[in-house]
Amino acid sequence: MRMRQGKSILLAGLALALPILGSSAATAQSTLEAVKQRGHIICGASQGTVGFGAPDGQGYWRGLDVETCRAVAVAVFNDKDKVEFVPLSGQQRIPALQTGEIDMLPRTLTWTLRRDANGINFAAVNYYEFTGFMVPKSIGVTKVEDMAGASVCVQTGSTTEVVVNDVSTKHNLNLKTVIFDNVAATRQAFFSGRCDALITDAAALASVRATQAKNPDDYVIFPATPYMDALSVAVRHGDDRWYDIVKWSVQAMLAAEMFGITQANVEEMQESKDPRIMRFLGTEPGNGAALGLDEKFAYNIIKQLGNYGEVFDRNLGAGSPLKIERGPNRLFTDGGLMFPLAFQ
Amino acid sequence: MLSSLWYSERARSLTAQTVLLAACLAGLYWLYDNAVTNLTARGIRVGLDFLWRPSNFPISESIVAYSPANTIAWAFVVGLANTLYISAIAIVLSTLVGLVVGLGRRSSNPLTSGVTGAYITVIRNTPLIVQLLFWYAIATTALPGPRQALNPVGGVFISLRGIYLPSLHLEGITSLLWVGATASLLTLAAGLIYRRRRGLAVTMLAAITIAPFVLALLAFVAGGGRAAVSVPELTGFNFTGGMRLSSEFTALIIGFVVYTSAYIGEIIRGGIDAVGKGQWEAGRAIGLRDSQTLFHVIIPQALRIIIPPLTTQYLSTVKNTTLALAVGYPEFGLVVGTVINQTGQAIESIIIMLGVFLTISLAVSLFMNWYNRRVALVQR
Repeated sequence: MRMRQGKSILLAGLALALPILGSSAATAQSTLEAVKQRGHIICGASQGTVGFGAPDGQGYWRGLDVETCRAVAVAVFNDKDKVEFVPLSGQQRIPALQTGEIDMLPRTLTWTLRRDANGINFAAVNYYEFTGFMVPKSIGVTKVEDMAGASVCVQTGSTTEVVVNDVSTKHNLNLKTVIFDNVAATRQAFFSGRCDALITDAAALASVRATQAKNPDDYVIFPATPYMDALSVAVRHGDDRWYDIVKWSVQAMLAAEMFGITQANVEEMQESKDPRIMRFLGTEPGNGAALGLDEKFAYNIIKQLGNYGEVFDRNLGAGSPLKIERGPNRLFTDGGLMFPLAFQ
Repeated sequence: MLSSLWYSERARSLTAQTVLLAACLAGLYWLYDNAVTNLTARGIRVGLDFLWRPSNFPISESIVAYSPANTIAWAFVVGLANTLYISAIAIVLSTLVGLVVGLGRRSSNPLTSGVTGAYITVIRNTPLIVQLLFWYAIATTALPGPRQALNPVGGVFISLRGIYLPSLHLEGITSLLWVGATASLLTLAAGLIYRRRRGLAVTMLAAITIAPFVLALLAFVAGGGRAAVSVPELTGFNFTGGMRLSSEFTALIIGFVVYTSAYIGEIIRGGIDAVGKGQWEAGRAIGLRDSQTLFHVIIPQALRIIIPPLTTQYLSTVKNTTLALAVGYPEFGLVVGTVINQTGQAIESIIIMLGVFLTISLAVSLFMNWYNRRVALVQR
C-alpha cells in the first residue's frame, strides 16, 4: 500500500518531469526500435482483475488484456513471454502511457473522445461492455430506478465516476459516492458493507464476484446505463508505426476466428488455397513487410495464443471460472460487434 | 578604467549575480519551452481553460456546496476546503491530546508515564498510512450495517457508514445571524485595538462585542426564526436527517490525531524538560502549587523551545493529509488526481497542487513565526 502510494507520487512526478526534461525522446527513437533494443514490451496491466489481467498462483500473468499484450510480443519477437507487466491503478494508467513508462495499455480502458484527443490513441477494441452495478441480493434491488439514496463505491481514475453521476442525475437518484484511489480498497469497502453498490464494467464485476465474494450467489449485477463501452488498447500519440502494429496484432486474433483458424489447426491451415487465408498466414508474403514485422506474425500469434474466441473462452468464458457469455463480443457473423478488418 | 572595474569587488559580485540570475531565468524558460513543445508533439493541450469546464465527477463529501455540474476550478476549491478542514481539526485536536500525552509522560505515576511512553513508541514507529488503513478497517469491519446500527443514546447512530448525530437547524432569515456574528467580530477587533491604545475595561469590551450579535438574534426571532432539531432516521438504504460524520472522515481524524499527538507529546515533553530545574524550585519557594508553576512559569518558557519543532509538525500534518485518499476521503490530492485523469491536464494540475500546498505551508509557518516572536524572550 505504501509502495503504491509512493508509486503514484512518483508517477505524478514523472508526468511532470518527463515532458519538461525529456528532449523529445519519442521523436528521437520510435517505439518499435526502443522495444527491440530493450528486448521486451512493457505493458500496462491491472492491479488484479481475474479474467482481464492478474498473475496466477505461479506469478504468470493471465487474462484477456494480458494476452493482448502477448499477441504484440509475438508479432515483434515471436515470443509471447517477452513482455513485462506493470500493474497500474486507474489513476496512473494514462500518465504512464503518455510519459513513455509503458509501450501499450490494454487495461479495461474505455475509448472516449477526450482521452483520445489528449495524448493517446486507441488502436483496437478488445471488449465491449456495459457499466454495471453490483449489489447484495439482500437489499432487494434489481434495477437502477430502485437505487434512490443508495451509496456507491467508486474507483477513481475511471469513466465510472462520470457514469455514476450521469445515472444519478438522469433518474434523480441522489446516489452517495464513496471514492477510492485503489482497486483493492474500493472492493474491500463494498464487501464490508460500506456501500450498497459497487460500480464498474459488468465483466469486471462478474470477475470480482466470482473471485472475491464469500458467496457469489449473494450478489446481483445489472446494467447502470443502456450505453455500451468499448474497452480498448491504447498507445501514445505520434508513433503511427507502433499504432499499426498493435492494431493489427489484435485484429489477427479476430480474423483467425472468422477464418476458423485455431491454435490446433493453424499449421494445416497453411496448406489452405484460400487467397485471403494465404495472405493472412503469410504463406503469400506482403503483410509482414508492410508493417515491418515477420511475414509469419499472424501465424505466430495464433500458434502461440490462439484466436480471439479461444483467448476469450479460457480467460472469461466457458473455459474459465467466470463463465461470462460472449454476448456483444461475438464476431459480427454470429450477431456480435467484433469485426475483423481485411488482411491485405 | 576596465582594470579598476575588474578589481572592484562590488562590480565583480554584481556581474556574477546578474549572470547567475540570467542563467536561472534562461534555464526556467528552457524547461517551459521544452514542456510546451513536448506536450504539443504528443498531442496534449496546454493551458488553464479546462478549469472552467463542468467537472462531471462526484466528490463524496465536502464542507462547501458541490455538484458535478460545477466547474473544475470549483472542484479544486472543494478539495482545498476539505484539506483545510481536516488539517485544522487534526492540528487542534492533536495539540490538545499531545499536551496530555507530553504531561503524562513526565508524570511521577509509573503507570501513566509507562502507558504514554509505550503509546509514543508504538505510534511513532509505524507508518501513518498503515495506521489510517487500520482505523478505517476497524470502522468498516467491526461496526454493524445501517439497519443494525448501534444506538448508544437516543438520536445517535453508529454504523459502518459513519456516525449520525442529531443536529440543530435554524429556520428563518439565517443571514441575519451571519451579519450579526461578522459585526461582533469586527467590533471585537476594533475594541482590541482601542484597548491597546487608550485602555478599555474587559467587561465593556465583552458588552460591545456581544451587542451586535444579540441584536441580530432578536431580529431573527422577531422575524419568525427558530431552531429545529433534526434527528437521523433510517429511510431506505441510509440514514437521513441530522448530521453525519462519515466513516472515512472519522477514521481519518482518529488516525491523524493519534499519530500526530505522539509527536507533539514528545515535543512538549522535551520543551518542558529543557526548562531548568531551578525554575520549579523557585516556583515552590514562592509558594506556588505544581500546576501553577507549570502553567505560569514553566510552559511560558518551554514554549520558546516548543514552537519551532511544533511548526514543523503542523506543516507535516498539513502535507500528511494527502494520505487521506487511501481511506476514501476526498482531500485536495484526490481531487487533483481525478481532474488529471478526467482531463489529462497533468502538468497544470500538479503545478496548482504545488502552489496550493506551498501557500498553505507558508501561511502556517508565517503564523507560527509571528507567534514565536511573541513568546520569545525580549531583550531589554
